[in-house]
Amino acid sequence: MQRIGVFVCWCGSNIAGTVDVQAVSDALANEPGVVFSTNYQYMCSQAGQDMIQNAIREHNLTGIVVCSCSPRMHEATFRKTAQGAGINPYMVEIANIREQCSWVHKDMEIGTEKAIILGKAAVAKVNLNAPLTPGESPVTKRALVIGGGIAGIQTALDIADAGFPVDIVETKPTIGGKMAQLDKTFPTLDCAACILTPKMVDVAQHENIRIFSYSEVTEVNGFVGNFTVKIKKKARFVDETKCTGCGECTEKCPMKKVPNEFNLGMDNRRAIYIPFAQAVPKVATIDADHCNMLKNGKCGLCAKVCAAGAIDYTQKDEIIEEKYGAIVAATGFNPISMDKFDEYAYNQSKDVITSLEFERLTNAAGPSAGKLVRPSDGKHPHTIVFVQCVGSRCAACAEKGKEYCSKICCMYTAKHAMLTRDKYPDTEVYVFYIDVRTPGKSFDEFYRRAVEEYGVHYIKGMVGKVAPQGDKLKVQASDLLANKQLHIDADLVVLAAAIEPDQSARPLATMLTASMDTNDFFTEAHPKLRPVESPTAGVFLSGACQGPKDIPETVSQAGAAAAKVIGLLAKDKLKGNPCIASSNELMCNGCSSCERVCPYGAITYVDKEFRMPDRTTKIRRVASVNEAVCQGCGACTVACPSGAMDLRGFANKQIMAEVDAICK
Amino acid sequence: MNNHVKHLQDEIIRSSGVNPKKCMRCGKCTATCPAFDEMEYHPHQFVNMVETGDIEPLLQSESLYQCLSCFACIDRCPRGVEPAKLVEAVRLQVIRKQGANHMTANDVPDKLNEDLPQQAIVSAFRKYTK
Repeated sequence: MQRIGVFVCWCGSNIAGTVDVQAVSDALANEPGVVFSTNYQYMCSQAGQDMIQNAIREHNLTGIVVCSCSPRMHEATFRKTAQGAGINPYMVEIANIREQCSWVHKDMEIGTEKAIILGKAAVAKVNLNAPLTPGESPVTKRALVIGGGIAGIQTALDIADAGFPVDIVETKPTIGGKMAQLDKTFPTLDCAACILTPKMVDVAQHENIRIFSYSEVTEVNGFVGNFTVKIKKKARFVDETKCTGCGECTEKCPMKKVPNEFNLGMDNRRAIYIPFAQAVPKVATIDADHCNMLKNGKCGLCAKVCAAGAIDYTQKDEIIEEKYGAIVAATGFNPISMDKFDEYAYNQSKDVITSLEFERLTNAAGPSAGKLVRPSDGKHPHTIVFVQCVGSRCAACAEKGKEYCSKICCMYTAKHAMLTRDKYPDTEVYVFYIDVRTPGKSFDEFYRRAVEEYGVHYIKGMVGKVAPQGDKLKVQASDLLANKQLHIDADLVVLAAAIEPDQSARPLATMLTASMDTNDFFTEAHPKLRPVESPTAGVFLSGACQGPKDIPETVSQAGAAAAKVIGLLAKDKLKGNPCIASSNELMCNGCSSCERVCPYGAITYVDKEFRMPDRTTKIRRVASVNEAVCQGCGACTVACPSGAMDLRGFANKQIMAEVDAICK
Repeated sequence: MNNHVKHLQDEIIRSSGVNPKKCMRCGKCTATCPAFDEMEYHPHQFVNMVETGDIEPLLQSESLYQCLSCFACIDRCPRGVEPAKLVEAVRLQVIRKQGANHMTANDVPDKLNEDLPQQAIVSAFRKYTK
């Protein structure tokens, strides 16, 4: 028989406001096995934990029930408390009387009744609990960073600096990501290339970092500390070890009309190309969709001009398999498509552009060599209209926009407006805004400078319509403060398009069994307290794949994710979860149902010798659980037709005891 | 807000199915409105005035009849507020208390001119042939 202690927490007024905590501890004192019952204002505080430890020692408790907040919040805390007083941590049960009771009820009587029932269920379970000891598994001391933008670069550098090997997998031919496309960066206006490219070089030269560019993750197996990942290195038809990045081939290639994705299609590149001068690795890549040699075997010019003999038209995709202890998702973002915003005429006029296109237009390495010109006729624009929140905060039109605020647009639009006025004072600049959101160090000052010092016209209102007419863009907009409708003849319209997670994120999340929100941003384990970890152990989040973020925030989060990875890789062994499946071999009929449903491949079948009642022996095929691989999901326990499979700590018997206690 | 106004507001919100609280005051409806110059109260003001219970001026306003029912504001609103439905609901509050003094379908053709938007004509027919 267990000797159980019950500890009811008030959680200040969070629980005590709707639950009569005294009545709960009194009622539970009469439950079978309970020898001690009390309540306290903050059970998780030092004083509360001391109270638990003293009670364990004084009353020789063998198990405890804490009626408090969700086990996600403090189960680990109270397990540690119990362990400190000498009882097995798995003899602790939490009755969630906050999230599942006091927070959802308003009536004290009902809340109290439910709290008592939840407490009774937990007591019934502890009566059947048995001490559990977690197994140990080794940690592969290598990290994988998926995505080579500023988030992935920073995370990789920080992990590598701590002495652990890191691999970066990037789908594009070069690392650098979106930041490499930017001109200047707010709020200090240093040029993106000047601060990013040295970091790219650091990555390339770091002895602990390997870059798999033009590659993607195709399969992930295993678990925290022991992931096995398959990486597909796409054929780039250039031998990376031989190519010197001289660029001779990219000048001689006769296929000149391939839209240049680095400049967002505003100019052309060749079929063999290096995305930009500072690319890392600085290696040419052949675009198989446009190369004449690969398509119909005619040409071969690049191979002729390549002094290094690096061109290899027979190169094939290659699959690399590698083991990792930790995985960081850093897949980043993209601006949403403007195709569905007909009112802004994006598809009708070349002079309606997105903000990222504006970055390329003002970038010295961009299609116009940094000269701000209209894409249609190359003329200098004299009136520019910036439209904010295009597709952001758009609740009505899920197929068009996004319900969330994209966070970065207010600041980059202020930057664009300010830089334009600085360089071209003869240009009138209008910014239409719904709200200006500039929380951040030196951010609001930056925006005010654009208005007060640079004379940017900020107008509270929205653009309703953009209509190309002659060489002008007729902009119809509202000025809500003046209660007017404005008509502006603009030369250039810049749309601050909402941002969305990269499309590779969803399939990656499936491979990682990492959770996502409805917008396909990765979900963090806790929005406040564990912001860089996925709820899936061993998977970490860096940058805009977790939510819209600017560069300062991305770099902070990238460093934080690295710290978490380092903390994991620094361990030699990981304690596993002891709440895993086990098979009762005497009951197992060898049907293989459990093996088929196990998502982790943790179950195998073995032939084992059994002694029969008549003293003969018989070889039977029975299930065997690999304890290091089992994650304790419980799928096998429900699939097993003979009831041989059970989950330690959540045995069928224990669950039924809880149900009985609730229904009594 | 007195009881009369509260009742009016409830009635307008109920019959239009519009929740003015969804408005985030971006003004895209007013930016997009082709009848802006003719209207005393603009689409975003309709939403705001119904929300705050400032409904009496709307009932008196000519704006009720200048809305073209082109529904551009409904199409463009990023929050799905549907201002034109609100205009229609306010208009109905007035019309329903006037008795049978509306046009018949037969009156419509005489009033047509070529500048009238097609959608407005269709809307008018839909409205007056009920």
